[in-house]
Amino acid sequence: MNAARTRIRAIYRKEFREYRRNWSIVSTMAAIPLGIVTFPLILVIALPASAAQGIGGDPLVILLGIPAIVPSIMAGYAIVGERVQGTLEPLLSTAISSTELVLAKGLAALVPSLAISYGMYAAFVVATEIFAQPAVAAAVLPWPYVVAQLAFTPLLAVLSIWIGFAISARVSDVRVAQQLSAMSVMPALLVAYLISFDVIHMTLALAIVIAAVLLLLDGLGWRLVTAAFNPERLITGTK
Amino acid sequence: MEAIVALGQRTGVALAAHGLGKRFGERVAFDDVSFEIGYGEVFGFLGPNGAGKTTTVRTLSALISPTSGTATVAGLQLTEDNRARIRQRIAVMPEAPGLYPRLTIAENLECFAGLYALADPAERVRRVLAAVDLADRANDPCGKLSKGLRQKVSLARALLNDDAEVVFLDEPTSGLDPLAVREVHEIIDGLRGRGVTVFLTTHRLEEAERLCDRVALLSTTLRALGRPDDLRELLFAKTLVVRTSGPLPDPGRVFDGLPAVEGWRVDGEGLYHLTVSDQSAAAPAVTRALVASGADVLSIGESQHSLEDVYVELIGDDEAGDR
Repeated sequence: MNAARTRIRAIYRKEFREYRRNWSIVSTMAAIPLGIVTFPLILVIALPASAAQGIGGDPLVILLGIPAIVPSIMAGYAIVGERVQGTLEPLLSTAISSTELVLAKGLAALVPSLAISYGMYAAFVVATEIFAQPAVAAAVLPWPYVVAQLAFTPLLAVLSIWIGFAISARVSDVRVAQQLSAMSVMPALLVAYLISFDVIHMTLALAIVIAAVLLLLDGLGWRLVTAAFNPERLITGTK
Repeated sequence: MEAIVALGQRTGVALAAHGLGKRFGERVAFDDVSFEIGYGEVFGFLGPNGAGKTTTVRTLSALISPTSGTATVAGLQLTEDNRARIRQRIAVMPEAPGLYPRLTIAENLECFAGLYALADPAERVRRVLAAVDLADRANDPCGKLSKGLRQKVSLARALLNDDAEVVFLDEPTSGLDPLAVREVHEIIDGLRGRGVTVFLTTHRLEEAERLCDRVALLSTTLRALGRPDDLRELLFAKTLVVRTSGPLPDPGRVFDGLPAVEGWRVDGEGLYHLTVSDQSAAAPAVTRALVASGADVLSIGESQHSLEDVYVELIGDDEAGDR
């Protein structure tokens, strides 16, 4: 294992341990997915079979709120948390580069977010198959939508992480960083909800365009965050 | 105490600054700082609060960029391209311990062992914990440690990097009890013995005097640089202190005209301060003259100025001006 990978792994493990023992992060990461999944699940289970024909759009798209918001909670904490604890200076005094640090922290936010998001999708799909009327389940879970959902999840999570990092590096309070990060992904959520309520009708072409835009924003976000990660400004608080 | 690292002896300049300075907009943090420090040297960096010490350390440890001058750190020119390589060759103990409170002592150190990409991180962590006498506290969460223990963990973290040629210690004994202070001093002596350069920022002048080969006094600019003895000689006239059991009837007759004695003053009943050009020449002559005058001599000794006297002489006016 080369030195860069060792450093990335060290930060990744550290972040994971910190998140696990941070009650505020754990509770938020549990509450938000449950809150997002509960309403559409109750709605789908309660629908009579006769309503299946009337289901337009995709209730599953609402679940994109999970990969949008959950990583923003961790990413919002990532930089400002180090500053508040006074750990940023010793961290940056080592040989770790800005790119390695951003990558390690990004991975540490991405992996649990994907696990939670996919876990919640799986729970939603299983619960719908078991408890919803078969006709409703068939209408709610068309496989092309499920596949699109799986593809959008990491793209949205990565974008949320870059936005969270950018905010976390600019503010001096953990809660402010997390709230701003969560709010900043609202435009993406709005699009998802409009699709969910069939205001925007999802087609294959639209799905490809959205995926391409998210991919572009992810690449742009990576470049901007790594370029804007200025250790001197973070340590001294100067412009 | 367990040996921490086994480094070969190096020679030459480990750390050099030439006209180094840092400004934040209009505010000058430090300016025109120049020095050269050899391998295995313990260099004390002293100065009042706000003098620019921490910013100098951050600059030399490649965390922030200088706005003027040049520097060489661990044999590498301080440039943008060399930052990561410099940081691989140094270790820094910042003023604030900066530990992850939710992680245990061992987990904090394991993280940094990974950041230094050490070959055998577990063994290294075990050894530095033994060095700072914290082996039995390895699984304690850092958030529950006392200030002194956090300081020791921070020192242990700085000792992790066995490739470090230069170690920056910012107030390493702040908050420690006397026994722990002694342990830290032994560790610093050990680093010196293995050819590691120690850049020690401290407010404890007696610590600097005890540990440092040379000291620099900073108050935005360097006010003095040298061995503590040299600074004393530079700043203070050499004096002999004479104590007699009672006042001399005519001290002028005893002290005037003696070899190497340039002047004298009475400082109390039976207490005389003699300004001399050469203490070793003056002392025997003064002794003979006192005996010849029939005085009851209690003691004759050199007047010792401490590093604190040097500090007050050079920096005291600045601090008074700031207030």
